[in-house]
Amino acid sequence: MSASSPGMLWHAKRALSKFAFGFAVFVIVSPAILVLLWMLSLSLKTEVDNMAYPPVFVPNPPTLANFAAVFENSNLMRYLGNSLFVSGLATLVAILVGVPAGYGIAKASAHRTAIGILIARITPALSYLIPLYMLFQMLGLTGSLWPIFITHLVITIPIFVYIMIGFFESLPPDLEEAALIDGCTLWQAFRHVALPLARPGIVVAMILSIIFSWNNFVFGAVLGGRQTRTLPAAVYNMLTFEQVAWGPLAAAALLVTAPVLILTLFIQKEIVGGLTAGGVKGG
Amino acid sequence: MTAKATAVDRGYGRNYLPFAYPALLITGAVIVFPWLFTLFMSVHEWKIGSPRAFVGLNNFIRLAGDERFIDSIGTTLYFTLLSVVLPVVLGTAAALIFNERFPLRGLCRAIFILPMMATPVAVALVWKMMFHPQLGVLNYLLSLAGLPPSLWHTSLDTVIPTLVMVEVWHWTPLVMLIVLGGLAAAPTEPYESARLDGANPWQMFRFITLPLIMPFVVLAVVIRTIDALKAFDTIFVISEGGPGTASETINIYLYLQAFAFYNIGYASAIVVVFFVLIVLMAMVLLWLRQKAKWS
Repeated sequence: MSASSPGMLWHAKRALSKFAFGFAVFVIVSPAILVLLWMLSLSLKTEVDNMAYPPVFVPNPPTLANFAAVFENSNLMRYLGNSLFVSGLATLVAILVGVPAGYGIAKASAHRTAIGILIARITPALSYLIPLYMLFQMLGLTGSLWPIFITHLVITIPIFVYIMIGFFESLPPDLEEAALIDGCTLWQAFRHVALPLARPGIVVAMILSIIFSWNNFVFGAVLGGRQTRTLPAAVYNMLTFEQVAWGPLAAAALLVTAPVLILTLFIQKEIVGGLTAGGVKGG
Repeated sequence: MTAKATAVDRGYGRNYLPFAYPALLITGAVIVFPWLFTLFMSVHEWKIGSPRAFVGLNNFIRLAGDERFIDSIGTTLYFTLLSVVLPVVLGTAAALIFNERFPLRGLCRAIFILPMMATPVAVALVWKMMFHPQLGVLNYLLSLAGLPPSLWHTSLDTVIPTLVMVEVWHWTPLVMLIVLGGLAAAPTEPYESARLDGANPWQMFRFITLPLIMPFVVLAVVIRTIDALKAFDTIFVISEGGPGTASETINIYLYLQAFAFYNIGYASAIVVVFFVLIVLMAMVLLWLRQKAKWS
C-alpha cells in the first residue's frame, strides 16, 4: 500500500500533464479548423438554414445548390482563367529571372543586392498601385490582364530570389568548382550542375509563389475590370453588387481558397521548409 | 594548378552578379519607377480627369492639418500594436508546443498553418458572416457561454479588436514557424546540464529556451510589424474602415483618396509619409535587434 500510492500519484500526475498538453494542442488547432469548417457548413446549407437562429451547424441534408448558383450567376470560369493566367505567368517569369538571381546573390554573397529586392517586401502594395495605375492608363493597357500580371511580379520574384538564395547557399560548391576547372563557363556550371540539383527548391518556391499570387486581392481589385478580375476580386464583388446571400457567397469563397488549402495539406512539409527559410509572405 | 587558379578566379564573387541583373531590372522597373513617379505626383494637385498643377509641398502641408489622416495614424498604430503582440505571444507558445513530440503532430501542424495560406478575402467574408450581430454564429456561441452578445465590427469600440482577432487567426502560424525554426536549431546540452543542476521547467524556459529563441522572436516582431502596418484585405472586406472612420488605417485612407476620390496627388503624398513611417519602424526594430544581440 505504502509502495503503490506514490506510484499511483506519479501516474495520475503524468496522465494529468498529458491531458493538459492534449488540451493545449486542441486549443491552438481548433480555431484554424473551425472557421474553415464553418465556411464549408455555410456553403452546403440552404438559405433558410443559413439564416436560422440558433444557427444550424451540420447541413441536413447538404445541398450543392449554392455551388450551382455560383457557376450559373457569375462569370466564374472567366475569373478562374484570369487567375490561372496571372499567377501562372507571373510565376513562370519569376522562375526565369529569380532562380539565376538567387544563384548569383548566393555565390557572390551579395546580401546588399538581396536587400534591394527585400524592399519589395516592405513597401505597401498600394504605393506601387497608384503610379502603375496612372502609367497603365496613359499606355492604354487598362482593360487587359497585362497590368495585373506585371504587378504580381512584385509578389513572385522576391519569393523566388529569397528561397533560392537559401537553397543555393546550402548546396556544397565542390561540384561546380570541378565543372569550372574542367573549363565550363559560369553559366554552364549553373545550367548543368547547380540547376538540376536545385529542383526541390524551385518546386517549393513555385508553390509558394503561385499561392501568394493567387491569394492577392488588391492588385486585381484596382486594376481589374468587369472582364479582367482575378478570383479574389470577383468574390469580393459578389458581396458588394448582388443581393447578399450567405450560401453562394460562402460557396464562392470556398472555391477560391480550397485549392490552396488542399495543396497546403498535401505538401505541408515542403511549405514549412520554404517558409522558415525566408520568412516570406506575399504583399 | 594554373587551371585551378583561373577557374577559382572566374568563380570569384562579383563575377556572379550578372545572374541577378534580369531580376534586379524587373523589380527595379516595378519598384523604382513607381517611387520616382510617386514623388513627382506628390508635389502636384492631380485629380483623375482634370489637368495637373504643380503645388510644391502643399499636399504635405495639407496632410499635417488633415485630422482624418492624423486619426488614421493613431488607428494604424493601435491596430499594429495588438496585431504584433498577440500573434507573437501566441505563436511562440504554439512553437513550444509543436517542438514537443506527440501523436498526429504532422497533421496538427498542417491544420495549424492553414489560416496563413488561406485566401484572405475568402476568409474575411466568412468572418464577416460569423460576426453578424443578429444571425452570426459567434454571438450564438457567446450566448451559450452565458456572455452578452457583441457588436463586433459594427461598433466603434469593438471594431479594432474584432479585426485584430482575424489578423491573429491569419498570422499566428507564421510566427510559430519562425520560432519553431529557432527551436529546431537550439542545442540540447544546456538542457541536460540544467536538468542535472535541478532546474525546474520554468527556469529552463526562462534562462535557456528564451535567450536561444529571442533572435527569432525579434525577427517575427519585425515581420509582423511591417505586415500589420500594411494590413489591407481583412479591414477592407470586414469593416471598410468603418463604422465612420473608426477602423480607417493609413492604408485604407490612402486607398479611398486614390481610388474612391481620385485625388492622385494627395494620395501620393500620403504614400510618401506612409513609406517613411514603415521604414522608420523597420529601422528602429532592426536596431533593437542588433542591440539585443550585443548584450
